[in-house]
Amino acid sequence: MKKLLFALMTTAAAVGFAATAEAQEKLKACWVYVGPIGDFGYSYQHDQGRLEVEKELGDKVETAYLENVAEGPDAERAFERFAREGCKIIFGTSFGFMDAELKVAGKFPDVKFEHATGFKTAENMGIYNARFYEGRYVMGQIAAKMSKKGVAGYIVSFPIPEVVMGINAFMLGAQSVNPDFKLKIVWVNSWFDPGKEADAAKALFDQGADIITQHTDSTAALQVAEERGLLGFGQSSDMIKFAPKAQLTSNTDNWGPYYVERVKAVLDGTWKSDDVWLGIKDKAVLLSPFTNMPDDVKAMAEAAEKKIADGWNPFTGPIAKQDGSEFLKDGEVADDKTLLGMNFYIKGIDDKLPQ
Amino acid sequence: MDITVNILLTIATAATPLLIAAIGELVVERSGVLNLGVEGMMIMGAVAGFGVAFLTGSPWLGLLASVVAGAMFSLLFAVMTLSLATNQVATGLSLTLLGLGLSGMLGTSFVGQPGGRLPYLYIPGLSDIPVVGKLLFGQDPVFYLSIALVIAVSWFLFRTRTGLTLRSIGDNHASAHALGIPVIRYRYLAVMFGGACAGLAGGHLSLVYTPQWVENMAAGRGWIALALVVFASWRPLRVLAGAYIFGAVWIGQLHLQASGGISVPTQLLSALPYLATVVVLVLISRNKRLTLTNTPAALGQSFVPDR
Repeated sequence: MKKLLFALMTTAAAVGFAATAEAQEKLKACWVYVGPIGDFGYSYQHDQGRLEVEKELGDKVETAYLENVAEGPDAERAFERFAREGCKIIFGTSFGFMDAELKVAGKFPDVKFEHATGFKTAENMGIYNARFYEGRYVMGQIAAKMSKKGVAGYIVSFPIPEVVMGINAFMLGAQSVNPDFKLKIVWVNSWFDPGKEADAAKALFDQGADIITQHTDSTAALQVAEERGLLGFGQSSDMIKFAPKAQLTSNTDNWGPYYVERVKAVLDGTWKSDDVWLGIKDKAVLLSPFTNMPDDVKAMAEAAEKKIADGWNPFTGPIAKQDGSEFLKDGEVADDKTLLGMNFYIKGIDDKLPQ
Repeated sequence: MDITVNILLTIATAATPLLIAAIGELVVERSGVLNLGVEGMMIMGAVAGFGVAFLTGSPWLGLLASVVAGAMFSLLFAVMTLSLATNQVATGLSLTLLGLGLSGMLGTSFVGQPGGRLPYLYIPGLSDIPVVGKLLFGQDPVFYLSIALVIAVSWFLFRTRTGLTLRSIGDNHASAHALGIPVIRYRYLAVMFGGACAGLAGGHLSLVYTPQWVENMAAGRGWIALALVVFASWRPLRVLAGAYIFGAVWIGQLHLQASGGISVPTQLLSALPYLATVVVLVLISRNKRLTLTNTPAALGQSFVPDR
């Protein structure tokens, strides 16, 4: 009996060993998401990037992900679990994972870590972000051309630099077409609540806006625009299916190319900790096809997109702050640090920034 | 004038899911059962409603499916708490967690798909009357259902013998049992009615309010509905008033923001339903008589018949 047991155990061990040996041939790449991949927004787009890695690198990789991971210290468990499970590269896709990820990176020097939208790095932890404001500048130009009343509604979540930067970029785009353009801003205090976003869109339209844009994740606002026969912009994903007559374009995240490049770098052994802020030029920010607009507006939008892809920064002076004081001198370009800490409106925005 | 009508219509849409879920939970709590799974049942209703509407092309079938899904899901809670006498608070919470996860799984293939929307009511002539026409005869069908539900529940609880029996069970299940009333059967039906209502509220979300499916789209409305029941001190007409007050405050502040008027801290307003509930709880607990007349005395207690 004892012999039989021993035989069984050795077989099991051998099988187990074979399984790990096989797994080691494939590189394991792992993702940690803050929301559900079914949000059709931020986390959904990251997951599309993961799927692109699977598609591009095929047999060489296997991927795994954890969704709905709460930000803060609790996220540590998610990263630690992945590191122990043999992930060779782990992507943390939300700002609030920063400290937890950094801590786990310290414990596992052989594992590569990548953190989206943060600012702390380590030898084995790089950071990446996307310049969504570039797309918003183009959207602002389109809005100013397409709006009959010269008023756009803007639905926003929380007053963080990323969001404020987006509002300012949109307004800069609009002002470049119509200096008297007006922006009505509504804060809904949530990244994701379709009902609230729809309510906010209705309120903005009732208050005189005829174009809507949002820095929240759902399609709700655009659906309201469609229903009322007005116009709007998508966010994160191409939302044309929800608003075939209302969507002008959508500011979409496209993480795939970056993910493929970084996983490849691990495969080749050339991975190094980096700090990148990708934009239209790198195809990390993609404007979905320009629709529901006349050809001249489309041509203008394409020209703006190209200008930005060629290296022009929408935050190029002269730009004044809301109170009239100088923000950028003529020809001066805002550096990344200023943009990432932006906590003021530019001139022409008639709203008080909540502090 | 147009803008006032639009504001009122927006308030009605925002208040309807809260009202329906709360009126269902009110009946459940009046029978002495505390079901904290409203959010879970609501989201199950939302995914079932969207799914059936998407697959069959009929939003009406979708609405029916959301009601059935809510009732079936609540049956799970009923079996656990009523037949197996598990703790109601813990079971209700797990029902919510289960609902959120299960709906996400079931809904994977619906993400990013535009769904069907329930048509608005339109009666030629009546709906075209300025101002009142749209408000009275031009809303979505679920709105009318919600008002009918409040009236029906109010009449049932306070004007019928069965309603009286249900309330007596909620106040003292042991005595009701001694009188030969089938306590467990009543409670089963009450819980399933609550589930059906929560499901319907979810169907309103995914078929009327924002016709789409995304995970976690109820976004806490089930919890507000639970707070509303306490806020209304278990009275149907007060639930109606409460739902519309919360809706009006929320929509009102959006308009304040959009018009560039006085800015109110929006974080505070998001917390308002819960703050209001706490205030009401404090007020009613100061008044002994009020507490005794309205709060179901056996609320949350498990009932195991001893013979």
